[in-house]
Amino acid sequence: MAAVDPAARPLVVRPPTPWHQHAVVRSIMYHGLVAAAALIMLYPILWLVGSSFKPPDEIWTNQTAILPIEPYPQNYPNGWAGFGGISFATFYRNSLFYATLGTLLSVSASAVVAYGFARVRFRGRRLWFAIMLLTLMLPTQVQIIPQYIVFKQLGWLNTFYPLLLPRIGGSAFFIFMIIQFIRSIPVDLDEAAMIDGANKIGIFLRVILPQLTPAIITAAIFSFYWTWDEFLVPLIYLNSPELYLVSLALRTFSDPSGQTDWGAIFAMSALSLLPVFVIFISFQRYLVEGISTTGLKG
Amino acid sequence: MAATLTKAKRRKSANFGQDNLVGYLFIGPWLAAFFLFTLIPITVSLVLSFTDYNVLSNSGDFIGLDNFQRMFFEDRRYARSVNATLKYVVFAVPLRLVFALGVAMLLNTWRRGVGVYRAAFYAPSIVGGSIAVAVMWREIFGNDGLVNFTLNLLGIEGPNWLGRPETAIWTLIILAAWQFGSPMLIFLAGLKNIPRHLYESAEIDGANAFQRFLRITLPMLTPIIFFNLIMQLISGFMVFTQAFIVTQGKPLDTTLFYALYVYRRAFELNEMGYASAMAWVMLMVIALLTALVFRSSSYWVHYESDGGPA
Repeated sequence: MAAVDPAARPLVVRPPTPWHQHAVVRSIMYHGLVAAAALIMLYPILWLVGSSFKPPDEIWTNQTAILPIEPYPQNYPNGWAGFGGISFATFYRNSLFYATLGTLLSVSASAVVAYGFARVRFRGRRLWFAIMLLTLMLPTQVQIIPQYIVFKQLGWLNTFYPLLLPRIGGSAFFIFMIIQFIRSIPVDLDEAAMIDGANKIGIFLRVILPQLTPAIITAAIFSFYWTWDEFLVPLIYLNSPELYLVSLALRTFSDPSGQTDWGAIFAMSALSLLPVFVIFISFQRYLVEGISTTGLKG
Repeated sequence: MAATLTKAKRRKSANFGQDNLVGYLFIGPWLAAFFLFTLIPITVSLVLSFTDYNVLSNSGDFIGLDNFQRMFFEDRRYARSVNATLKYVVFAVPLRLVFALGVAMLLNTWRRGVGVYRAAFYAPSIVGGSIAVAVMWREIFGNDGLVNFTLNLLGIEGPNWLGRPETAIWTLIILAAWQFGSPMLIFLAGLKNIPRHLYESAEIDGANAFQRFLRITLPMLTPIIFFNLIMQLISGFMVFTQAFIVTQGKPLDTTLFYALYVYRRAFELNEMGYASAMAWVMLMVIALLTALVFRSSSYWVHYESDGGPA
């Protein structure tokens, strides 16, 4: 194309740009607005963490501030001592045990089942797949009462069996998520392995599983932090304080009729969020991708 | 989704033969757990709902429809619990979705720092279900908690949020609205998928920002709105932990959410027959509502010709 003489362009008369449409002004307005909104969102959490460092008299007098005037880390050892002679060390050990084993069970089972749905053709596959998706909208309340009756008959109250056993089949959420992921792996790889004489199990172990790492990490993060926060099921089955998870312990610990050391309550509350935040910050990328691509709830 | 499934099936059928044994071997764990921990319990739960089973005595008699009659006509607390749940769902779900969409649109930009903002807006949701947050919420809205303290500084005398029937449920609705992180991330992914050229041509045609939102963004997002609506409705009906800790169903049962009431009947009062009947009604209501939303979707959900959001 020939060079165009700039003067030959039709002259466009633009009105002067109003001040609020300048890029810099708009950028400042944007960041000001969004940062302020983000701060309001974070305020309660920051306030909780700040309050956990306030001495007893400051908790009610210096309330709105995030930072304590005189930091008082003593709240943490005070809270850690727990109640009834059982310290939070026990509750953290229980929670860590349950969240780790529970995650391991659910995620590994989910990967196996997902492979079956995604790569093996069998009679009834679509029906079972549809049923699996339907179970996602089942209220726990219709399953939990009969489960409780049976587990009670088996003498399994105050054990972790009722919490762990239902996980042997994986979780419909993770199965669905991993299926979506497997579908994005080219079938050519499976075929090449098949020509080399591998059977379905060999393909799963040697071709699919190594590629599933990102999906498995995502599922594991979600599983860990859902399990960490789980409340209703542990509340029903774990009644003796030595078995309490952190969530159950916090509930008892913060019972308004029994406790008045708010600094200690805030300290233990803030501490219980720590594992979740550490995971969130280190694996944010996986979490965001997991939610946006599969629509998992968080 | 159905379209991708059939496509995948066709592609695969060319490469793989049917393999029933291996297939059932792989889905076996799920199938076993499904029968043991879902299907059989649900069936038993249905049977229990026609009995007055008590777990302490481990006995119960068949009492026909008495549980349902009691639920619908005699139990005043049941009516209050339905009221509370409906009110919660009607306000909390739309509020959460509106916040989620609004913030997602704000964050749908390539400016610097958006990643940090996204994390900040998502943070409340990551801790949302925890007991720690519920305990904190109880203190924030307590009689001389953070909210009233702040109002006091402004010269306003705040109400007893948790103690008054008119205000207690709102503390839980606000708590729900605060946790819009997951639908926000899903909206954000949806917004990024809207082709830019649609906006560009609309702009050339002289559409203003509001018209572009109404004519392009909203219709293109309807599949995502639909998905988020279903997920939030279901979780809204099942809300438990927050009410259990923050308000304990009080005052005057105004926050006695359905799941909380089922728990009370089943595990505090040991009336597992009655509780099962309530749980089954909940299942039916959720199923019916989901079906209704699905049915309505043909009127308002806009799918592109290539088969929708999946």
